This record gives sequence, C-alpha cells and structure tokens, in this order.
Amino acid sequence: MKDAFGTPQSLLILGGTSDIALATARRLIARRTRTVWLAGRPSQDLENAAGHLRGLGAETHTISFDALDPESHEAILGKVFAEGDIDMVLLAFGVLGDQANDERDPVAAARVAQTNYTGAVSSALVCGRALQAQGHGSLVVLSSVAAERARRSNFIYGSSKAGLDTFTQGLGDALHGTGAHVMLVRPGFVRTSMTAGLPESPLATTPEAVAAAIELGLRRRSETVWVPGALRLVMAALRHVPRAVFRRLPL
Amino acid sequence: MPADAAPAPPAPAPPAPGPAAAPGRTAPVTGWGRTAPTTALLLRPRTYDEAATAVRACGARGGIARGLGRAYGDAAQNAGGTVLDMTGLDRIHAIDADGGTVLCDAGVSLHRLMEVLLPLGWFVPVTPGTRQVTVGGAVAADIHGKNHHVSGSFARHVLSLDLLTADGEIRTVVPGTPLFDATAGGMGLTGVILTATVRLLPVETSWMSVDTERARDLDDLLARLTAGDRHHRYSVAWIDLLARGASTGRAVLTRGDHAPLEALRGPLGRPLEFRTRRLPAAPAHLPDGLLGRTAVGLFNELWYRRAPRSRTGEPQRISSFFHPLDGVPHWNRIYGRSGFVQYQFVVGYGQEEALRRIVDRVSARRCASFLAVLKRFGEGDPGWLSFPMPGWTLALDIPAGLPGLGAFLDTLDEEVAGAAGRVYLAKDARLRPELLAAMYPRLPEFRALRRELDPAGVFVSDLARRLGL
Repeated sequence: MKDAFGTPQSLLILGGTSDIALATARRLIARRTRTVWLAGRPSQDLENAAGHLRGLGAETHTISFDALDPESHEAILGKVFAEGDIDMVLLAFGVLGDQANDERDPVAAARVAQTNYTGAVSSALVCGRALQAQGHGSLVVLSSVAAERARRSNFIYGSSKAGLDTFTQGLGDALHGTGAHVMLVRPGFVRTSMTAGLPESPLATTPEAVAAAIELGLRRRSETVWVPGALRLVMAALRHVPRAVFRRLPL
Repeated sequence: MPADAAPAPPAPAPPAPGPAAAPGRTAPVTGWGRTAPTTALLLRPRTYDEAATAVRACGARGGIARGLGRAYGDAAQNAGGTVLDMTGLDRIHAIDADGGTVLCDAGVSLHRLMEVLLPLGWFVPVTPGTRQVTVGGAVAADIHGKNHHVSGSFARHVLSLDLLTADGEIRTVVPGTPLFDATAGGMGLTGVILTATVRLLPVETSWMSVDTERARDLDDLLARLTAGDRHHRYSVAWIDLLARGASTGRAVLTRGDHAPLEALRGPLGRPLEFRTRRLPAAPAHLPDGLLGRTAVGLFNELWYRRAPRSRTGEPQRISSFFHPLDGVPHWNRIYGRSGFVQYQFVVGYGQEEALRRIVDRVSARRCASFLAVLKRFGEGDPGWLSFPMPGWTLALDIPAGLPGLGAFLDTLDEEVAGAAGRVYLAKDARLRPELLAAMYPRLPEFRALRRELDPAGVFVSDLARRLGL
C-alpha cells in the first residue's frame, strides 16, 4: 500500500533498464519501496539493474517483457499482479530512434511507433485494469515534451509520444474514481544513455530530477507533471507560436 | 442465524425472503487525514444477518468494518474489497440505570450515548477528543482519553461484546480471553464487532470543573504533569511546538473533574443537560498550506498568551472541555487537498530524554503543528495491539504536503522505537513496517490468532496490508 505521502511499497517498472525508471526506483527504495519488478527484454543490463536495486535493500525480480509483443502482455503482467498488490506501475520503455535514418527507413520508423505507442497501449490497459481491481495504485507514464508539438528534428519519436500522451490522458479519465491514479510525466531533454551524444536542449534535466518530480507528483496525486516545472509555461507559450515561426525556431 | 450455507441450486432466483439488503456502492475511501484514498465496495448492513451475509460474500479482497471514519490513517479502508459501514447498526438495547451499564450496537456513536446517558447521570468511561466515534471503533482502536492515567483505555470498561467472525458466526467475547485481548486494539482484524456492553461512569452534572495553568518550558511541563495528575481525573497539555530556545515546549495545562452538584452555583441550567455547540462546517475545497508556519505560529502565540497563568474551578460544558473541534464539522478540510497526518507516539517513564529530543527536533524543524497534545498514560492495557503503555504520549497534527515530512517522521520513529515506545495504529498512515514488531511485542500472538480464526484472510484493511499485520 502507499503511505500517506503516496510512496509505494511495491513497484513494477516496464522498461527495466531505463535510466529514469532506475533513478526513480532508487529514490523510492530509499523511502518505502521494498518490492520491485523489472520488466524488460532479458539482458545482462536488466540483471545488473536488478542486482543494483537488490543491493539497496529491495526484493527485486526480473520478468521477460517485450513491448513489441502485445499478445503476451496480458499473460506476463497478469502473473505479476497475481503475486500481490502493485502500488505503482512505471511505464518507462521507449526508443528514440534515429530521425534521419528512420525517415529513409519506414520499417524502422514504424518500430519506434510500435514500441512507444502500440506496446504502451496494450500494457497500460492491462495494468490499468489490474489497478482498478485492486482499488488502488498509480500508473505513471513517461511521455515527453516532444509530445506537445511536432518538431522537424524528432517528429517520428514525438508523434509516438503524442499518441501515448493522449492515450494516457484518456485512460486517466477512464480510471478516475476507481482508485487507480494515472499520472503523466512530461520531461524535457533528459541526460540519459538514450540521449547520449545528442545536442542538449535548453532546460535539460537529469533522471534524478525526473525521479524527484515523480515522487512529488505521487504525494500530490498530480495528473500531469512537467520536468523541469518551468516547461509547463514554456510549452504553454510555444503551443501558440504560428507554425511558420515555430518551424524556424532553433529547437 | 441462517443455517443453510450450502451453495444455491442453479434454479431461477427464488423470491427474496424479506427486504433485500441495501445495494452497495463503489466509492473512494480515506481516513480522517484524507491521505491515500482507495476504492472499495461500501455496504451498510442494517441487521446482524445482513452483516453476516456481507462478511460471507466478501470475496478475495476481504472486508473491514468502518464507523464514523475518525481513524486518521488507513485502518478503515480496504482497497478493492468491501467496507462495512456500521453506522446502520445503531440501536441502544438496554441501559441499566442503577448498575451503570449500557448494551448497544457497535455503530452507536459516543455522541449518541452521551445524549442518552447524561440525563440519567451516567457518562462514557473514556472519550477521545471527538464524540464522533462509534463504540465498535472505540473497541477496535482501544481508544484512550484524558483520563487514561486513572481509567485506562476504553476496552477496560467493556464487559462483553458480540463479534462476527470470518466464518459468519457470532461469538460472545468476554475480557480475559485471548480473543478479547486480540480484538481490543485489534483494528477490526479479528472480526466485526456487533454489540458491546460498557460499564459507565456516574456523574452528578454535565459540567466540568477545570483548572488551567501555563508551563514555561518542557521541564516545567513534565514536572507539573508528574506532580499534579493524580489529583485530577482528566489531564492534558497543549504544547506550542513552534516555540524555540528557552521556551521550547511551553504549554498550557488543562485539568478537569466532573463537577459535583453542590459545585454548581448560579443559573447554569439543568445540571444534567447535554448541550453542544455547532459552528459552520469547513468549506469543501480549501487550498493546501492554509496552516503554514505563520498562521500556526500566530495561533500558538495567542493561545498561549490567552491562557491564564493559573485558574481553578472554571465550569465548562462537557462538549467544550473534551471535544472542542467537534463544533466545526469537517475541520479536517482545513488542511487542503493533501490532507494531514497525525503522529502520536508513547515512550515509557524514564525515557524523558527521548521525548525531549523529539520535542527539540520538531521545534527546530519549525514543523507547524496546530495541535500538539502531551499527556501521561497510566497502567498499560491488556489488548495485544493496544497503544497505551505507562509513559508520555505526544500527538501532533502536521500537513501531509510539508516537504520531507515522511523522512523526518521516520527519524522520529527511530527515536521512539529506540526508547521501546510505539506509535498509535489508529492514527498511523506511514509507519515503516519493519519497526512494527519492535513497537508491538505481542504482534506474533496477534498474527497467530488471526491465522487460526481467519485462515482465508477475510478481514483485511489497507493498514493491515501496508504493515503486514
């Protein structure tokens, strides 16, 4: 169960090697989290991540989960929920793709969309239903500031996050009043292994900052969290910039 | 009791015998502190049979009884399961006006008992800071009041109770048995309390004779409480925890006794009249942070200055002496959307240093606690998970939205556990499960009895899940 400050005791991470997810897990383990499920494609990285969290004092399990195989989601995630209540699900998987390459390779582009959007739709629905049956729990979904407006430099990734973002908003409304809480997290540029080597955007942030914002959002039972918070205002303004101007902005 | 618990034949539904139970509704439930809401199916049984049927039909996520929702934390919520609203079982069955006992349903509130009993010259043996608790809740949390140093906790005055257990049967439970001691303070996890017979306190009037004095710091306060408590049935101190430096722990002490008839002078109305005051309710939607440091600091300063240095024999009505906050319905809303946590702990006599360190820490952190109450407990109570033990108990109300509060309270827990003290489960919403066994040494017996009595885990609450009770 969550405590009075919204801190979960058990955590399921979809995308168990994500830097943001692991920073969040470390932060929550320092508070109340005692059980962590890391779901991801079996790999040494996933096992290492589990070992690391175990070292911090959490009982950690890994499960084989593939975002690109929606048919398997119900069975795999159902098993986790059958083991006991999950207080928080962190949907953190996603790929950035390579915009220039993906524009030339539609199959690769479709895979970005399948991972970030299609895979998220099926797994979030499975988790949402399980949380509803429990009568409690948070589904935290990592969207992106890129979901807010298409940018020339990353619109394939951005559009997949936009789909996920809209889906999550709707799911939050659908689950309102059921005890399940859906929280959408929209980070800006986060310095992670996913963005290594990319030119940094203004207001760049870190996985630790995203983790702190997630913990705060849980305490406040927020529906949308921007990281850093200033992005909420920046994007509110950018949303209204005419396209002819937006397109020329150095973003 | 319906004897046929056999599965129904797959025939068309037979006509319902008698009025059907009210259908439940699924709704979010929180404790009085309004933190960590979870959703449950709310059922409101009106008869013992309906309660038994509801318990048998609880399903995989179990059920828990709930009274008036004054437990601060998650003791009376059950995510995804059933919550039995007991306020529909609210009959007073018998009053022995000579012997001073009452037999009533668990859903009867202490407020109702006072209304009925005071004109007869009887008072409830123990009342907490609110009348809006049910008798069932009073037993399940084994509540205490300002008279614990004299009278012990509520369950000590219970002569017998009827308990609906996980098998759907009703058992009569009397003091001195393991089931009674597991149920007193057992947070509703041994079963649903249906009725209780309670021993009452004779009073001549519905007035209190109240002494008030100020203490300039914590040492002064502890000395005054130690020296004076035995002279009064009721005793409590309000502490200004925003005061720092030399006045850390300054306080206003209030002691009272039931005023005898001859003490009433002047036109004080009918001597046994029970009168309460009701102010407008707090609005439904208030922002967080109303009770910040400035507001609470100002209040504390005024409250301390307003109290007389020393005053004796002031007549006060029972409602204003015991339950000043009951006058403001929904006062818990003033903490805003994030709600608040109440932190109440006890440390034994001889552990004054631990108490002092905690008071110093809270004062140093400038944690705005609007209500900070210190009192002395008397002899411990037999309930296995009963909170009181001989020593000092301090209760604080703190807005849950305060940054870093969780980690801060964890450090206080360490201090409390290190001093062999404990925190109060009826108020808890955040204790680290690992500390529970140290705080409640009889927890293994409680768990063993539950395993035996309720092997399928029918009775469960969010508190039980969170702490592994």
